[in-house]
Amino acid sequence: MTDATIGSLPPAAKPIKGRSLWQDAWRRLRTNKAAIVSLAVLALIAVACVVGPYLLPYGLDDVDYAAFTTAPDFAAQHYFGTEANGRDLLVRTLYGGQISLMVGIVGTLVSLIIGVTYGATSGFLGGRVDSMMMRLVDVLYSLPFMFFVILLMVFFGRNILLIFVAIGAVNWLDMARIVRGQTLSIKRKEYIEAAHACGVSSWGIIRKHVIPNTLGPVIVYMTLTVPQVILLESFLSFLGLGVQEPMTSWGVLISEGARSMTIAWWMLVFPAVFLAITLFCLNFIGDGLRDALDPRDR
Amino acid sequence: MTATLLTPPTAMTGTVATPAVQTETILAIRNLVTRFKTGDGMVAAVNGISLDIAAGETIGIVGESGSGKSQLFMSVMGLLASNGRATGSVKYRGQEILGLPPAKLNRVRGSKMSMIFQDPMTSLNPYLTIARQMTEVLVQHKGMSQSQAMKRSIEMMDLVRIPEGKRRIGMYPHEFSGGMRQRVMIAMALLCQPDLLIADEPTTALDVTVQAQILDLMRDLKREFNTSIVLITHDLGVIAGLADRVMVMYAGNVIEAGSVRDIFYDPQHPYTEGLLQSMPRLNSDRHAELPSIGGQPPNLQDLPPGCNFQPRCRYAHARCLAEEPALRPCGDPAALRAKACHLEQLPLTEADRAVIDADRAARTRH
Amino acid sequence: MLSYAVRRILGAIPTILAIIALAFFMIRLAPGGPFATDKPLPVEIKRNLEKAYHLDEPLYMQFGRYMGNVLQGDFGPSFRMRDYSVNELLRQGFPYSLQIGLIAVAVASFFGILFGTIAALKQNTPGDYGTMAIAMIGITIPNFVVAPLLVLLLAVTWRILPAGGITAGWTSFILPIVALSLPPTAYIARLTRASMIEVLRSNFVRTARAKGLPERITIMRHTLKAGLLPVVSYLGPATAGIITGSIVIEQIFGIPGIGRYFIQGALNRDYTLVMGTVIFFAVLIILFNLLVDLLYGALDPRVRYD
Repeated sequence: MTDATIGSLPPAAKPIKGRSLWQDAWRRLRTNKAAIVSLAVLALIAVACVVGPYLLPYGLDDVDYAAFTTAPDFAAQHYFGTEANGRDLLVRTLYGGQISLMVGIVGTLVSLIIGVTYGATSGFLGGRVDSMMMRLVDVLYSLPFMFFVILLMVFFGRNILLIFVAIGAVNWLDMARIVRGQTLSIKRKEYIEAAHACGVSSWGIIRKHVIPNTLGPVIVYMTLTVPQVILLESFLSFLGLGVQEPMTSWGVLISEGARSMTIAWWMLVFPAVFLAITLFCLNFIGDGLRDALDPRDR
Repeated sequence: MTATLLTPPTAMTGTVATPAVQTETILAIRNLVTRFKTGDGMVAAVNGISLDIAAGETIGIVGESGSGKSQLFMSVMGLLASNGRATGSVKYRGQEILGLPPAKLNRVRGSKMSMIFQDPMTSLNPYLTIARQMTEVLVQHKGMSQSQAMKRSIEMMDLVRIPEGKRRIGMYPHEFSGGMRQRVMIAMALLCQPDLLIADEPTTALDVTVQAQILDLMRDLKREFNTSIVLITHDLGVIAGLADRVMVMYAGNVIEAGSVRDIFYDPQHPYTEGLLQSMPRLNSDRHAELPSIGGQPPNLQDLPPGCNFQPRCRYAHARCLAEEPALRPCGDPAALRAKACHLEQLPLTEADRAVIDADRAARTRH
Repeated sequence: MLSYAVRRILGAIPTILAIIALAFFMIRLAPGGPFATDKPLPVEIKRNLEKAYHLDEPLYMQFGRYMGNVLQGDFGPSFRMRDYSVNELLRQGFPYSLQIGLIAVAVASFFGILFGTIAALKQNTPGDYGTMAIAMIGITIPNFVVAPLLVLLLAVTWRILPAGGITAGWTSFILPIVALSLPPTAYIARLTRASMIEVLRSNFVRTARAKGLPERITIMRHTLKAGLLPVVSYLGPATAGIITGSIVIEQIFGIPGIGRYFIQGALNRDYTLVMGTVIFFAVLIILFNLLVDLLYGALDPRVRYD
């Protein structure tokens, strides 16, 4: 027998079913109970914030002259109590949630756009340009960006659009770093060379190899940026530099609550609990996504 | 029972003129099974291996990735990952060491038995000087003072042929070249003059010329210290120059064993035969296709029926699918020759050829 | 090592200059001025005031003047608190902020590393999960939520610690420091855990074990150094975070530190005070980052040849 390949019996073992990266990740995410529960709770909160106000008797700005700073009272349908101006706290908390969540999403998107553009450009161009751009990021990383945001807020007014942009602009650094790192490492990978060698077009390479491989960490980072942005907005609101009346956010509510906490604990506790739970859930989901897409933490 | 098959005779027969020399058994492994708990269930990476290693001998362990050759000795040294469990018995000079708590095992590891690994760059701590990484072995196991340990370490650097040892020892790993790092690893492993050195693919990460130097070094050191060496590799060329006897592993089992001459000149298992045929030679026909063993190593969680190798074996026949061949002695028992194959011998006997042909004919009819 | 240090120091200088410039122009470009009051000032007086504070000069001249002064250490007079110079205000507030800030950093580092290492060593056991759950709380709940809650609990309900002010001696600093250090502690704990787990799995730790070193030495000598590098890197941003947090904490607890001056200055459009505090903090952060860089260089020999 002189055939070049030794072995002419067909393989008797059954074929191994392959799993794509995303299938694998989804399977892992599904088993992460904390992440799944968090997703459910978060969805619940989001729905409550959007739909809730329509189901409640009081409006955002309705003053109940019979109830100034009253404790939770189911009979009067003030489930969370009222605040100093007689407005229902539950409704305000839900509306506040809308603002806080919206700021979270939009701010993250801003941060995403800036960060991805900056990082991808830096990584793609490489060389000295890349070094310089990353040096800038390093320098900016350790500066108290918050200070400049606060200055912006104070001097240019509390425009909600400005808030979105400013907050998003604070957080893009991490995203830029991650995207740049991914771009660099992908650029060098052998499968890119192989794809080139097989005649795949540059756009094809970007579409099929670069983007899917960057997507993972970007998604994880986005999920982790949302709570940071919400936190920042709350921080600003707490200092009195956030959204303007009659709009409210969880940060504003907590600020008011902190000032009155000795006489009206509910004003502090309810918004604080909502904020805390939302941030928890987002962090669990982010962690779960990270474990699912980059499993080394066994 | 493979115990007696792979056990060197305790009394070495000498010639009339030389007295019989006692060679003691340094390491005795019996029925070692190593299992890993994975997301898809339990996997046996090592499937019941028994082996004795005598003083001063060099044994080569050959196999593909996934054959279990590395995990076998990781189990011996107690370096398994947290989801791995090893059962069976491993005795160092008669003392059971499998399953020992780390505190006790540490008295043996590094001083009586050492291990070096494939990639010297990641195997050395980049944040500590070489001096620190070497002297700590002596301070720990031999109770030396720091200055004594330094002196001995520099001597060792000279022995492994690292020039300017005194200057170099204060440097960090990233300041050394690949070959020098591996020498440092070897030096570290031999500091306490262990009885046994386990080398897990020591030259795989190095280029060919450096490879040759490292192997020469190991040969010389073996002569100097009379250390037993276990050389784990997938490269037959490395084995040829250094080993006294060879064990070939496949899918967690030993499928052939014997002296290095026997394995190279008279392979008795189709896998070994395939491995040897697939080694490119300087004098082979440049235009002929290089033979290779078709197929892939099996999925350890879904092993083929009967013999693990049969899907890729050119001589496979009905019996191979039905019955897993046990490791049995063949040829000269004193030479510890053994194989796990149903065939009588290679090259094929007439009887075996007839069986295979008949089997082929029967199948093509269907 | 020395060249590494010098290079780092030289790199910091343009950063500081850039910050001064940025702050200056931002504030000047903002609407409103230090003298925008409810009652419009008589034109004469307004013009005199502007002249006294050099506000009538062209922008670039004001900038040059300011830069020159700052580099000599003079931040100018406070626009609002006419009796004080910014330097005096900074000097007053500095000791409080420094104390709280430094102790918070130290506390966060110590406990963060401790808990993170324990969690890593006991990976996937209840001890690990418990510690990380608590860390999660520290990260998600903002310090301006924790602070009032702590005050509510410990000061108002149980009355064991003062609710604020600085009159109760060292006990008045306990709550502010705790509130300030909670988020960085949690973050450092998680960071340490992840990093240590990574290092414990590395090849050189395997070698250390193969050499028969007792586990204690393997951890202290081989793992800790490698595992703490990301934490050291994080100390820079951590300090920035603590400084940012101090703004709010000083407000809540009524501590007359620099953070409070910053907020007051921002709300009052007190240009020089705000600039003074921003520059001051920025320089502090840059210096701290420098220290951290040097520390990193001391720990990781590969970085020195950058």
